[in-house]
Amino acid sequence: MVALKDELKNKIIEQLNLEDVSVDEIADNDPLFGEGLGLDSIDALELIVMLDKDYGIKLSDPKEGKKIFESIETMATYITENSPK
Amino acid sequence: MKKVFVNGCGVISAQKTFDNDTFLEEITTYNDRVMPVVNPVYKDFISGGAARRMAKGVKMAVVASNLAMQEAQLESVDAIITGTGMGCLLDSEKFLSKLIDNNEQFLTPTSFIQSTHNTVGGQIALGIQCTGYNFTYVHSSVSFESALLDAQLQLSLGEEENILIGGVDENAPYTINIHKLIGFIKAENTETFSLLQSNTSGAIFGEGANFFTLSTKNQESSYAEVIGVETLNTVSKENLDNAIVSFLKDNNSSLSDLDVIVLGNNGDVDFDGYYNLLTEGTFAETQQVYYKHLSGEFNTVSSFGFWLGAKILKTQSIPKEVKLNQKQTSSIKTVLLYNQYRGENHSFTLLKKC
Repeated sequence: MVALKDELKNKIIEQLNLEDVSVDEIADNDPLFGEGLGLDSIDALELIVMLDKDYGIKLSDPKEGKKIFESIETMATYITENSPK
Repeated sequence: MKKVFVNGCGVISAQKTFDNDTFLEEITTYNDRVMPVVNPVYKDFISGGAARRMAKGVKMAVVASNLAMQEAQLESVDAIITGTGMGCLLDSEKFLSKLIDNNEQFLTPTSFIQSTHNTVGGQIALGIQCTGYNFTYVHSSVSFESALLDAQLQLSLGEEENILIGGVDENAPYTINIHKLIGFIKAENTETFSLLQSNTSGAIFGEGANFFTLSTKNQESSYAEVIGVETLNTVSKENLDNAIVSFLKDNNSSLSDLDVIVLGNNGDVDFDGYYNLLTEGTFAETQQVYYKHLSGEFNTVSSFGFWLGAKILKTQSIPKEVKLNQKQTSSIKTVLLYNQYRGENHSFTLLKKC
């Protein structure tokens, strides 16, 4: 789980071009949207594609995303429980 | 008809031109087939959050437009008119590569959104909250001149007071490779000051963003008055002189009025004949200036020539590095710019001291 969280942090920084952010600066429970990392709706689409491509998870209901992408912790938990890989 | 003045410049090129207080005092030389720009510190102008989705071309254009507006002491403009030959190539290549690599699956939105030609104009408008006329011209090597012509018409007719115009193109690896394969880029590295003596086919490519604030108001920061601009898709070498005379006549000028001619020679032995015809003929006794050895060739590089002409008029000086011949010019009042690329899309621009 720790390795997965680090992997997610690295992927988010790289794919969303968060040049000024390092892995150490993202706490597991920091909100990804709004006040935390400040991600927006376009980033949400990028994360949905990342879940599909890298972890084989298709989100059928976009409303699910709000909970799944709340933090690194919630993302890692969801991937662990739902990834077929 | 109102007069049109160039009141501010922002130039990001293969030279350190983003500092408006200097004029080619420090020359960066290359021995390559492609030149990159000398980058300003983008973070001084664009926040990290805003910059993270911007490819190089957009960043260059946002900073160049910022500099042009700063110099003209404007916080916003009435219209933004952009010229770009190839648009946002880096994001276009990124999007298309992903499309192929991922077998048309998993397409992410960012590079698609940022890949359109009018991304540049849109991002500039977002940055300065300009909701006015916003147009992007994509027309090969007269893209910048098309933007200039649109702005000149709107300003001279009194429709707008201040317009931001610019030319921008960025280097992108796949497109550069294609241009190498088809011989549009020289097969060999070429040194900056040997470009015109290379005697080989193709050009040395480059990139850049050159933006200007055009206004109906003549002010302290004004560089030059834009008298006229004309684009011609095709002109034969035999008719080039006539085309220039006709353009000058349309703008109430003649050959004898010209103090400096700024030429777009790019060292391509197949197409520099157009320029040679002028330098050895009609303009043999006129001070000749060239610039593509400092900027590289790209679709909107004539905007670098436009900056050079305007800067020459403002400073009344010509850096030795751009002089093609040595003619004494006591006072520089009128400058003609001529450019073409691969024998097509010719443009004439006439600037006067203000």
